[in-house]
Amino acid sequence: MSPSPVTGLRRDVAVPDLAPAVPAAHSGRRDRSRGLVTIALFLAPALVLFLLLVITPILVAAYASMYKWNGFGLPEDYVGLDNFTRAFSDPVFQGDLWRAGILIVLSLVIQLPASLGLAMLLNQPLRGRSVYRLLFFAPYVLSEVTTAVLFTLVFSPNRGLGDALSGLLGVEAVFADPDTVLFALFLVISWKYFGFHMILYLAGRQNIPRELTEAATTDGASSWQVFRHVTLPLLGPTIRISVFLSVIGTIQLFDMVWVLTGGGPIHASETMAVTMFQHGFRRFEVGYASAISIIMFLLSLVFALFYQRVVMRRDTEGAITTRGVQ
Amino acid sequence: MTAHISRRSLLGLAGMGTGALLLGACGGGESGDPDGPQTINWWHIQNTEPMLPVWAEMAKEYETAHNNVKVEIQPLENEAFKAKLTTATQAGSPPDLFQSWGGGVLQQQVDAGLVKDITKDVEPWVGELLPAALQPYTLDGKIYGIPFDIGMIGFWYNKDHFDKAGITSPPATWAALLDAVGKLKAAGTVPVALAGKDKWPGHYYWAYLAMRIGGLEALKQAAEQKNFDTPDFVAAGERFKELIDLKPFQRGFLGAEYGSPDGQAATMGNGGAAMELMGQWAPAVQASSSTSKKGIGDRLGFFTFPAVDGGKGVGTDAFGGGNGFAVGRNAPASTVDFLRMLLEVGNQRRSAATGAVLPTNKAAADGIKDPNNQVVAASLASATGFQLYLDQAYPPAVGQQINDSVAELVAGTKRPDQIVKDITTVAKSQ
Repeated sequence: MSPSPVTGLRRDVAVPDLAPAVPAAHSGRRDRSRGLVTIALFLAPALVLFLLLVITPILVAAYASMYKWNGFGLPEDYVGLDNFTRAFSDPVFQGDLWRAGILIVLSLVIQLPASLGLAMLLNQPLRGRSVYRLLFFAPYVLSEVTTAVLFTLVFSPNRGLGDALSGLLGVEAVFADPDTVLFALFLVISWKYFGFHMILYLAGRQNIPRELTEAATTDGASSWQVFRHVTLPLLGPTIRISVFLSVIGTIQLFDMVWVLTGGGPIHASETMAVTMFQHGFRRFEVGYASAISIIMFLLSLVFALFYQRVVMRRDTEGAITTRGVQ
Repeated sequence: MTAHISRRSLLGLAGMGTGALLLGACGGGESGDPDGPQTINWWHIQNTEPMLPVWAEMAKEYETAHNNVKVEIQPLENEAFKAKLTTATQAGSPPDLFQSWGGGVLQQQVDAGLVKDITKDVEPWVGELLPAALQPYTLDGKIYGIPFDIGMIGFWYNKDHFDKAGITSPPATWAALLDAVGKLKAAGTVPVALAGKDKWPGHYYWAYLAMRIGGLEALKQAAEQKNFDTPDFVAAGERFKELIDLKPFQRGFLGAEYGSPDGQAATMGNGGAAMELMGQWAPAVQASSSTSKKGIGDRLGFFTFPAVDGGKGVGTDAFGGGNGFAVGRNAPASTVDFLRMLLEVGNQRRSAATGAVLPTNKAAADGIKDPNNQVVAASLASATGFQLYLDQAYPPAVGQQINDSVAELVAGTKRPDQIVKDITTVAKSQ
């Protein structure tokens, strides 16, 4: 569990190592059980909250998802998996999945590389460097709702500066056009989150010891080669985390879309969470909305497990495989 | 507390958050003695001037007259109210007195046993109110809510723009309206302001056309038989399509909200469009969201929705709705008495004087000061029939589907005969 000799990064990102909490593991059964009692006592408050506020709602939603239920009284009309088959045959929900896919691809292909480039740039000795860092990070501090209201004004079709500018490029009223709204939305998401990913990369970059890049330069590597063969591989763990956060964030996207477009026009920017809200709080189809929330949960869960097991295996190896082994 | 309620409370706690449980705790055990100390939790959506302070004053006056009663007011914005009420009602703990539009949503709350049947309590004085206003709150012959405001949808138009385009009298038929749109366009004016993002303003057109073409009976029948796939509803879509095809709406209307600084009301209030199809609140919202905060003043006129040639409906049938209050199942004994006080002639006159409320108490009609409001009230008084907003009259899922489908029609992605099928599918699933 020592910090990686190469990067200096601790690689146990996902699961904290519990081992040090059991110092008496070798000294007899009684001590050991007393240790467990202590653990249980310390864990209890957090565990109770977790069960009550995380696990219980999931179970309640899973239960409700198998009923046709308008949310009043108790669910009685059992429909099995009908709500799930309905979701997957509903063009709006299919569209939600498709749009989530587009947003994820756009994020991975445009937003994250741009943030990485910017982070590399701001790692150079540069006049006013910390001012730039602060400025680029600032949008992340705004709440999603504030961001959305801001961009509603900027791209307001009759008085927005942004709309006037995009009009010069021949694109008008971007949030009112089903063909452009998703890309406009992506622009706003990127504006809000690129600073966050940039700071992640910057922190990762600064953890790479200078000796390594110096050594590569001494060996005659060009600056591109240094980046490609030294910096980028050593940034791997950071990039993998950043991709992970970006994907999970896209699956759950709600606030910004809700305020900015409400999912429209004609569902062109609707996300799974917006569809869920529409059905749960507007149409009083709580059973169906629960089914959508369960699908979102499973998608996130499967993705998270798969990603941690396969993509982040090396980063989390220490944490998972050596757990409990002294 | 019974096991039933605690189970609900647990569900509420688990699913909806702890607030529900707290509310549940304050609601219980207060009904019964009207003279005992009690608190009325009141949620209304008049969260801005001019009605906000008026409600507060009336509550104060009631508290002064009845020192055992405390009125706790929770003013909420319309959308916020809907979300918050959903949470509270799903947890089984509605407020004691709360905003209601009647119709299908109220019906669901009645079915779930969340609101009180107040038929007997209001019997002595309910005759003072307009029968058409009371209709959405009367379900299966029982009264579950009391309206304090009633109005109708119609066209609000800018007289200057109409004059400039050479339109001498407000269009009385759909063909004349389409003709007027053509003239307005030729004069370089945006003929119609529409909030495409909010969807509900669009459904007014389709609903009114269905009413004019099929008559009130067609709307009633569609609800009963859960079938909108009839020639009349298709024709309503086709007539609306005639208007849409003229491209009469303002720039970026698909992304426009109703009340935002760049929305439908502001476009009208700033003189940026010639007309909008909207309810009795239109002049007030136009003024407050316009840049000058005054709207277009006396240049604003009102005409009722035009008749459609060959339609079964009459041009004097009105489509609209109002605002009212329902009484929660755990409401303390004084709640209905308090409600009665709000509906007294004097208080209804005070509300009407603000210009934001069209009174339901017949005797308070003389309290309407605004000339535009007087026109709406007069049209409503002479209406031959009344239909509540479809997104309130029908079950919520059907109402929302109508809004969604009409939005698709407006955006040109679905045809009139496709949307009636979509709406029917949802109606049948209820």
